[in-house]
Amino acid sequence: MNNGSARIATAIVTYGFVGLMAFLSIFPFVWMLLGATNSSIDIIKGKMLPGSALATNIATFFTQVNAPLVFWNSAKIAILATALTLAVSSLAGYGFEMFRSRHRDRIYSALLLTMMIPFAALMIPLFIMMGKAGLINTHLAVVLPTIGSAFIVFYFRQCTKAFPSELRDAAKVDGLKEWQIFLYIYVPVMRSTYAAAFIIVFMTAWNNYLWPLIVLQSNETKTITLVVSSLASAYYPDYGVVMVGTILATLPTLAVFFFMQRQFVQGMLGSVK
Amino acid sequence: MALARRGGIGRYYNVNGWLFVAPALGLIALFMIYPIVWSLWMSFQSGRGMMLKFAGFANIVRLWNDPVFIKALTNTLTYFVVQVPIMILLALILASLLNNPRLVGRGFFRTAIFLPCVTSLVAYSVLFKGMFALDGIVNSTLEAIGIIASPIPWLTHPFWAKVLVIIAITWRWTGYNMIFYLAAMQNIDKSIYEVARIDGVPAWARFTHITIPLLKPVILFTTIISTIGTIQLFDEVYNLTEGKGGPSNATLTLSLYIYNLTFRFMPNFGYAATVSYVIVVLVALLACLQFFAARERDR
Repeated sequence: MNNGSARIATAIVTYGFVGLMAFLSIFPFVWMLLGATNSSIDIIKGKMLPGSALATNIATFFTQVNAPLVFWNSAKIAILATALTLAVSSLAGYGFEMFRSRHRDRIYSALLLTMMIPFAALMIPLFIMMGKAGLINTHLAVVLPTIGSAFIVFYFRQCTKAFPSELRDAAKVDGLKEWQIFLYIYVPVMRSTYAAAFIIVFMTAWNNYLWPLIVLQSNETKTITLVVSSLASAYYPDYGVVMVGTILATLPTLAVFFFMQRQFVQGMLGSVK
Repeated sequence: MALARRGGIGRYYNVNGWLFVAPALGLIALFMIYPIVWSLWMSFQSGRGMMLKFAGFANIVRLWNDPVFIKALTNTLTYFVVQVPIMILLALILASLLNNPRLVGRGFFRTAIFLPCVTSLVAYSVLFKGMFALDGIVNSTLEAIGIIASPIPWLTHPFWAKVLVIIAITWRWTGYNMIFYLAAMQNIDKSIYEVARIDGVPAWARFTHITIPLLKPVILFTTIISTIGTIQLFDEVYNLTEGKGGPSNATLTLSLYIYNLTFRFMPNFGYAATVSYVIVVLVALLACLQFFAARERDR
């Protein structure tokens, strides 16, 4: 067998396949960016060149949608959810790992089981609860059920196993109280864990769709995800405008990904340690 | 633990331990445990809106006689039976190709294939809906290459709508799974491959006889999370098919059916809760399966 030509053939197949997959992965992004510069008809016809409709599309988007408000709604929900989830979950992860008792270990196992609960089984009772509490059409209703997350607690507990207990002992000798140890030693030491968890929670909150769709019914409270969805479901959607919306909806998570790529992947992998 | 039992300090420790975990436990109890128990109770009730009364197993009987439910269940199962294996295999092949340090530009390829994970489910569904429109870019490209003679009705034909949903989910999640395999491959001893290569084991056999067995735990893990994710499928279907579940309910999923029962039609909380418990049972069954598979592995 001719080893050289076989190797070349393998290389061609490998690069061909990987290249094709990379192309297919990137293509929708390119289509989205080009689409924002074209008119709706050109987009549907499959024009793959930059057009001149970008300004028109942006202008139409801003007249149809109260963009600053919508963007602010999304940001408010994502930031609030992320801050609260990180605070609550890191406290719990630290607590479960540092202070053990038989009861707490059992509760922890039960807690992990809640990861299996599908959201579809929660949404009706949650909707009724929020209705009774008068929280329909508020961002608080969106955020509240997402704060207690068994998965993020689990993630923090796993990472806390690597936290050097000498630091804790030394701080105790110095007379620091438990909350002080947590706040002044644990939090700074675990920065990278917080960064990875931040990414997971922020992305989930920013992209959340089903629950906001149920709870946020007034236009003043809607998020960018909801707006993009309703723009696209019009009978004759203006695809140029839809593209501007999807770009705005994707931009923050894309930025987080490119600036924190390592923590991003680390966060994704968090659960298989 | 040993410290905690040493007399006086023990109680102190315990109080602190509970204080640290209390907020998370409280929130999870209020927003997960309470609702999940409530919806179990609800599934035995029937009526319109909030006017519910006890109905025993009437809802469960209704499930079997509800063709729309059967359709949603079949669709949901079809999605994961067809889609999850395709995606896992694709991700495995890509990971093993991209794990080769001699591959030029593998950093670029990895990032590119991972990129779909960054988009929101709604955003990419909307993009796919546009690309797969009847006279859209996908159909016109396929026609230009000569693969198809006439445009495929992706969004309006029951069969093709399902295919479209499967293509879309595969696009979004393959890179995500690939990352798990790449991370696990870092832990495989390279010399195993060297020995196999010297012994003349061909590349495909190295993949099926070395890579796959060694990655079994990760493959299992990703299979389970993908399956659970697919069972709960909502965003994609809702946005690809205008919230209706496609042509003659061809893409309707269980989650979408629950949503429709609760928020689109005259609300029937009891029956919707029953359907939602079908998802709970499916997920629980799969979790048990994972548990037993994991035990088998440890033997």
